[in-house]
Amino acid sequence: MNLNATIIGQTIAFAVFVWFCLKYVWPPITQALAERQKKIAEGLEAADRAQRDLSLAQNKAADDLREAKIKSAEIIDMANKRANQIVDEAKEKARDEGQRLIAGAKAEIEMEVQRAKEELRAQVAAIAIAGAEKILESSVDKAANEELVKKLASEL
Amino acid sequence: MAESNSAGFTLPEYENGAEYIGHHLGFLKYGQLPDGSWGFAHSVEEANAMGFWSIHVDSMLMSILLGVIFMGLFYFVSRKATSGVPTGLQNGVEFLVEMVQGTIKNTFFGKNNLIGPLSLTIFCWIFMMNLMDLVPVDWIPLLAQVIAQDSHLYFKAVPTTDINITAGFAISVFILVIFYSIKIKGMGGFLGEFAFHPFGKWALPLNLVMEIPSFLAKPVSLALRLYGNLFAGEMIFLVIALVGWFQLPLHFAWAVFHILIITLQAYLFMMLTIVYLNQAHTKPEAH
Repeated sequence: MNLNATIIGQTIAFAVFVWFCLKYVWPPITQALAERQKKIAEGLEAADRAQRDLSLAQNKAADDLREAKIKSAEIIDMANKRANQIVDEAKEKARDEGQRLIAGAKAEIEMEVQRAKEELRAQVAAIAIAGAEKILESSVDKAANEELVKKLASEL
Repeated sequence: MAESNSAGFTLPEYENGAEYIGHHLGFLKYGQLPDGSWGFAHSVEEANAMGFWSIHVDSMLMSILLGVIFMGLFYFVSRKATSGVPTGLQNGVEFLVEMVQGTIKNTFFGKNNLIGPLSLTIFCWIFMMNLMDLVPVDWIPLLAQVIAQDSHLYFKAVPTTDINITAGFAISVFILVIFYSIKIKGMGGFLGEFAFHPFGKWALPLNLVMEIPSFLAKPVSLALRLYGNLFAGEMIFLVIALVGWFQLPLHFAWAVFHILIITLQAYLFMMLTIVYLNQAHTKPEAH
């Protein structure tokens, strides 16, 4: 073995290189590594979050859809009910109206009949008077007879 | 041995395998020569005669060059590092950084901003140095010889086969371990671990005898493990290089196996550094 001052030279060189590495090489590389690690971790987390958000959104969309379906079914139901109601009401009204019309017509007919009867009576009275005049030919007290005939006519 | 003449460069020649290997194991060493002047050693005897105050120029040159290459690469990437989708080079660098971070996270339970860059530097730098072992054993020395115009130039291409380089790492780590032990546990706590562990205060001498060697063994084992593995690998490459044409499949097989070794040794050095520093940051469990 041949130990000599090379040991000292090597020790100094070693110290210089380690110092250089400590000062200029190690920090930027480890920093870049740490930053990349952080970036990747963040990226993965973001991906996870996005996945979660997506599934949440999908669930919500499905829920909304289901709700909308239920609501629309309700609305349709209600509309049907309402339509039936309207139809029923309309039917009712129509029936009432019909009834009313029929009643009106009947009343009018009744009235027509009454008037016809009146007219008939009047005419019967006139005819009866005329007939009686012709029968009697003689002058009978028109007023007294008319009274009589009217009485007769009302009994018809 | 080839003569290097002034007219030009001739390829180095070796009389036998022993000389070939011996030459490849020599360092380009700068220090005080026997005649008192300073300069490069020209022979093993001259090299051995130099005292402690000499330096392996080839090891330092390759070590710093490789360090600059990998640091430059990392610096280049780190300046443009984005937290977006990484491309090519950034991917590779991030892979390494994440590997180091993961290892630290599993092994180190204190809090320390130095440990990351320290581990990264240790792993990458040692790996780069070890990687030089996979370059065919003659290429880099030959290149150095051509540049120096000296066919007898010693040049060792793999810094981690130099005990000084691995010891430099180990001592740095050792100093850090002591520094953080004292910083975290205080001087009393640090010394108390030697005195009152593992057998309690009534067995203090025994504790000292057990703990101090095991503590001192840490840097030694760190340095020797890396050095030994790489030196042995280098040696086998050199032996393989001696067998003529058959070296190609052999070299390939050993190189493939060696890929595992150089990575493993670099990783092991980093791992043990983290473990030792973790021990420095945590109190031993009570007995």
